Amino acid sequence: MSLNVLKPGLLTMLQDRGRFGLGALGIGCAGPMDATAHRLANALVGNDEDAPALEITLVGPRLRFDADTTIALTGAPFDATLDGHAAPMWQPLAIAAGSVLDCGRAQRGARMSLALAGGLRCRRVLGSCASDLNAGLGSALAQGDTLLFVARRTPAPRAVRWSLDPRPWFDADPERPLRLIRGHHHAALDAASQAALYRARFRVAADSNRVGFRLDGARLALAQPLEPVSEPVARGTLQLPPGGQPIALMAEHPVTGGYPRIGQIAGIDLDRLAQRRPGDALRFVEIDLDEAQTRYLAREHELARLQAAIAARLP
Amino acid sequence: MRLATATGIEIEPLGENLLLLRFGTGIDRATNARVHAAAAWLREVEMPGLLDLIPTYATLALHYDATFWAGRDGEPSWRHLAGTLQAVLATPPREATAAGRVIDVPVCYGGEHGIDLAAVATHAALTIEEVVARHSGGDYQVAMLGFAPGFPYLLGLDPALRMPRHAQPRLRVAAGSVAIGGAQTGIYPAELPGGWQLIGRTPLRLFDPARAEPSLLLPGDRVRFRAIDAAEFVRLEQAPA
Repeated sequence: MSLNVLKPGLLTMLQDRGRFGLGALGIGCAGPMDATAHRLANALVGNDEDAPALEITLVGPRLRFDADTTIALTGAPFDATLDGHAAPMWQPLAIAAGSVLDCGRAQRGARMSLALAGGLRCRRVLGSCASDLNAGLGSALAQGDTLLFVARRTPAPRAVRWSLDPRPWFDADPERPLRLIRGHHHAALDAASQAALYRARFRVAADSNRVGFRLDGARLALAQPLEPVSEPVARGTLQLPPGGQPIALMAEHPVTGGYPRIGQIAGIDLDRLAQRRPGDALRFVEIDLDEAQTRYLAREHELARLQAAIAARLP
Repeated sequence: MRLATATGIEIEPLGENLLLLRFGTGIDRATNARVHAAAAWLREVEMPGLLDLIPTYATLALHYDATFWAGRDGEPSWRHLAGTLQAVLATPPREATAAGRVIDVPVCYGGEHGIDLAAVATHAALTIEEVVARHSGGDYQVAMLGFAPGFPYLLGLDPALRMPRHAQPRLRVAAGSVAIGGAQTGIYPAELPGGWQLIGRTPLRLFDPARAEPSLLLPGDRVRFRAIDAAEFVRLEQAPA
């Protein structure tokens, strides 16, 4: 059973939760930018949350299915159509053999996840299907590609009358600040920059990508020049290169970095950052790690409950 | 927000899923040896809920599952894990005494393969031959892999060969390029952007995701560079891996 890529869209790629356990070789996790969208799309089609799904960026692909299946779309709202009719998001969606899904364009936000019941087949590289273009692992979809999937064994669900409320899980509002934990080198910023970090209005720069988001706006400076020894960095680490323009590391970030780390974006806000577009505004508000981690665990708990509730409603 | 162990290791959280164990702040063999010893020890202990261990020059990162380490009465996971680590690391792990692997890395120095070699010689006030002799005569050790898959940061560069990076990084550095960045030397495993001084190139393939062991070099390995000429470079490059 297969899915044919009639048009690849701007940047469409396979992702699973990521490539774990190879950091010592300089290999990062990658995985979806909006991890929650990925996990919920899989939940809606009865997959393991780690199953390979498509991450679709700004301009979506056009796909033809050659067999019956069920898909789910989550994340940023796209004006997707299935055989010319609006394709609802945040619910299981039955697909008949021969159908064409045109994912359209993002109406707000930047990234949508598409999961398919049974999961998409993929060639694992170093144990994972996660595309990490920066590391040269995996590749974006191209016109004419064929992705294989496992045919559905259960009968097609009737059109479901429910869908998830996206509000707790999708938020691309650029006016809502992101919570930022002070980084190791925060105190090394000069006084004006320490204040500006939490007061200034930044913008996501045009050359931002899955490796990192460069922030335009206030230039920040250290009180004294500093060249730290390379240390591990994480998704959400806010680095300050010598030019004074902060970089927020994202899914394909290198495992280590040698720039001062002035902040760490709270895990609960990383999906929200992933949905910002180049040009979008960005502000930070301070949170301490204890609170950030408590909220992170609470959110994981809510997500697990939701996943269980979805599983209970699926045939 | 930092804690310390009885043996003077600094424990610092980096976000919700990473804990850094810092053994020092410099680039030196003694500190790096402690990092690798702790990594080996923690692998042996098989701590649960641990997703990855990432050794760097002076720091060992633990990638952990915060859900697994959720503490009692709302204690944040990182504090719970840090407390456990303080106990686990109370006795300093023994440093490896067995000699690590020694990997021979052939390098064609200078020319098109090392376009900054002359500049490094000028900077060091040495002849090109002396730079090659000193660089290929060194006893190096892989302190860490980072920046890109399979990129080794090597300890053991002759201090005379230190040279700052280019102010403006090059957009493309050829795979296999052997380079100097400040007090460090390393090898570009793939075609990458980079600002280090390029002194030569190895025909060896440092990283190949299709290989059973994707990275030629592993943390802790020792490395010896061997100067080769352009003809041998071509011969080795064409030889099957």
